[in-house]
Amino acid sequence: MAQNSQKPVLTLMQGNEAVAAGALAAGCNYFAGYPITPSTEVAEILANELPKRGHTFIQMEDEIASIAAIIGASLAGAKSFTATSGPGFSLMQEGIGFAKITETPCVVVNVQRGGPSTGLPTSPAQGEIMQSRWGSHGDAPAIVLYPDSVKESYALTIRAFNLAEKYRTCVVLLLDEVLGHMREAITIPDASEIQIINRIKPTVPANWYKHYDENQKYLSPLASYGEGYRFHVTGLAHDAQGFPTNKPQEAGAMMERLQKKIVHNIRDLVQIESYKMEDANIAIFAAGIMARSAKAAVKMARAEGLKVGLLRPLTIWPFPDDAVRKMLKNVDYVVVPELNQGQFLHELRRLVKSTTDSKLIGLQRVNGTLITPTEILQKIKDVL
Amino acid sequence: MGKVSQRVVHDFLRHDKKFPHVWCSGCSNGTILGTIIRAIAEQNLDRNNITMVSGIGCSSRMPVYIDLNTLHSLHGRAIAFATGIKTFKPDMKVIVVTGDGDSTAIGGNHLIHAARRNIDMTVIVVNNNIYGMTGGQYSPTTPDDAKATTSPYGNFDRQFDICDLVIGAGATYVARSSAFHTMELQKMIVDAMNHKGFSIIDVISACPVIYGRMNKKGGPPEMMQAMRDNTVLNTAAAKLPPEKLEGKTIRGVFKNVQCPEYCEQYAKVVEKIKETSDE
Repeated sequence: MAQNSQKPVLTLMQGNEAVAAGALAAGCNYFAGYPITPSTEVAEILANELPKRGHTFIQMEDEIASIAAIIGASLAGAKSFTATSGPGFSLMQEGIGFAKITETPCVVVNVQRGGPSTGLPTSPAQGEIMQSRWGSHGDAPAIVLYPDSVKESYALTIRAFNLAEKYRTCVVLLLDEVLGHMREAITIPDASEIQIINRIKPTVPANWYKHYDENQKYLSPLASYGEGYRFHVTGLAHDAQGFPTNKPQEAGAMMERLQKKIVHNIRDLVQIESYKMEDANIAIFAAGIMARSAKAAVKMARAEGLKVGLLRPLTIWPFPDDAVRKMLKNVDYVVVPELNQGQFLHELRRLVKSTTDSKLIGLQRVNGTLITPTEILQKIKDVL
Repeated sequence: MGKVSQRVVHDFLRHDKKFPHVWCSGCSNGTILGTIIRAIAEQNLDRNNITMVSGIGCSSRMPVYIDLNTLHSLHGRAIAFATGIKTFKPDMKVIVVTGDGDSTAIGGNHLIHAARRNIDMTVIVVNNNIYGMTGGQYSPTTPDDAKATTSPYGNFDRQFDICDLVIGAGATYVARSSAFHTMELQKMIVDAMNHKGFSIIDVISACPVIYGRMNKKGGPPEMMQAMRDNTVLNTAAAKLPPEKLEGKTIRGVFKNVQCPEYCEQYAKVVEKIKETSDE
């Protein structure tokens, strides 16, 4: 495959292929998964590629087992991930929560399809904006990335691994079905140009090691099974050593730590693209494949002399509150095209000061088809 | 069987704030944990190279007390987590401690598929015929007519025979013992850990506080006596007439065969790819 090459290579790839290639470039050495449309190509490619490198691929009995296996492998030192789609993503929620509370790095790719339930398995939808944030029970923050192109699928897969390793958590990459199966030109960069972050390894003697070191600004070293540290991992509330506790001060400190390591690093985590927003009085807020339609709509609107811009989050969780507030301050209207029943719109409403504010214009579709640039442009003209 | 001093159990326990343990008095979990420790100590293994994984339930609390690499995972998923560890680090010795509900109800799918793969790990099922942690609901191994909080009129839900189940699924070392027969259990654990492939031991255990009380089985001593009196070793059972075996549970090693092991098979594939690409 192209990622073996030393020089940048221009090639044609599907989004799912780019995810697999990005994972390998990031240093992924473990994949456990279960077949599901429309993400299956990721597993198929890695079934080919990982054994060639002496790494592990395993097809598990279901998605619950898949998330469990990648967490187990990560605790043993692997850079692991899995790829799935809606129904599988639902089954993985408990495991995702386990990775979060145990601060175990792993990456979950969810190639979104129409839901709920079996829904529209081969059609695009953006139904898991909120599930990727709140899907697992209990209250813990999430890191969720959302590419809009094949090229960015590659880059954000690498970033997902980097953030998982750095922040010791499960990072979710949301892909649109259309993107997973769309072929686009992509230049695979030289390996030397790719920044790789690996987990910090402990340097202290084994009996000094704390699995959750509270002194390390929420980014603490992580030992692996087999390295002599013999630590304990539990999904129960735990103390800094990892032993279960129900003491309020210890349980509270654990929850605070999960929250703070995200909140205190917002600048590192949030990525947005601002397109022609400088003089815009109408903004479009869109992510993933809908941002592609939106960008085309911006170009069409500009050609007609309308001052329209696009704000696109590459990181959807944590939500880019500051950028959105700035946008809301500067424009008269925000059009929000999305392939769900208003999940981004709902989040944007949180940031609107007055409840009577009618700046936000939703544009939603859940029938398995995309919203076209012309339709977005028409919506803009309707509000003017 | 190698001799192991009492001191060994103490050496293997974690003493930094992990005691007292969570188990009720009279519970078999302590006895079984002690037996597991003696079995590990007897083999003089590098502790850094052993990982104990559990699910959720009373017996699944075992890992926190033992000084190994330990993972107290999700309800039913211990074997799936263990599969992740084993397939990434095939040299790691992996022991799974699980209960009857954890392994055969919510975790039944992972149990049969790990058995089918013949992946090298040792599963110790602490089978007390009840969900103890949640207060005494019937499990897939609760006997006929037994009382549980969710079978107040007597259990009519048919039982799994765990050994039959995993033999059907392809496990290559299958045995049953009890918390009373600790010497026998210790030998089985040693054999299971040295068996290349999926090994599993169904350990009859006592929950006097819930199961025993609800079913008038007496206290801890009476339940231990029942393990002695109501079980027969398979080799002895073979010589007994059927009427003498009525109501008895058979202990012993039911299967011990060599079959290709998952991680070894994977390594062969990797080797084969390397050879073809070198040509």
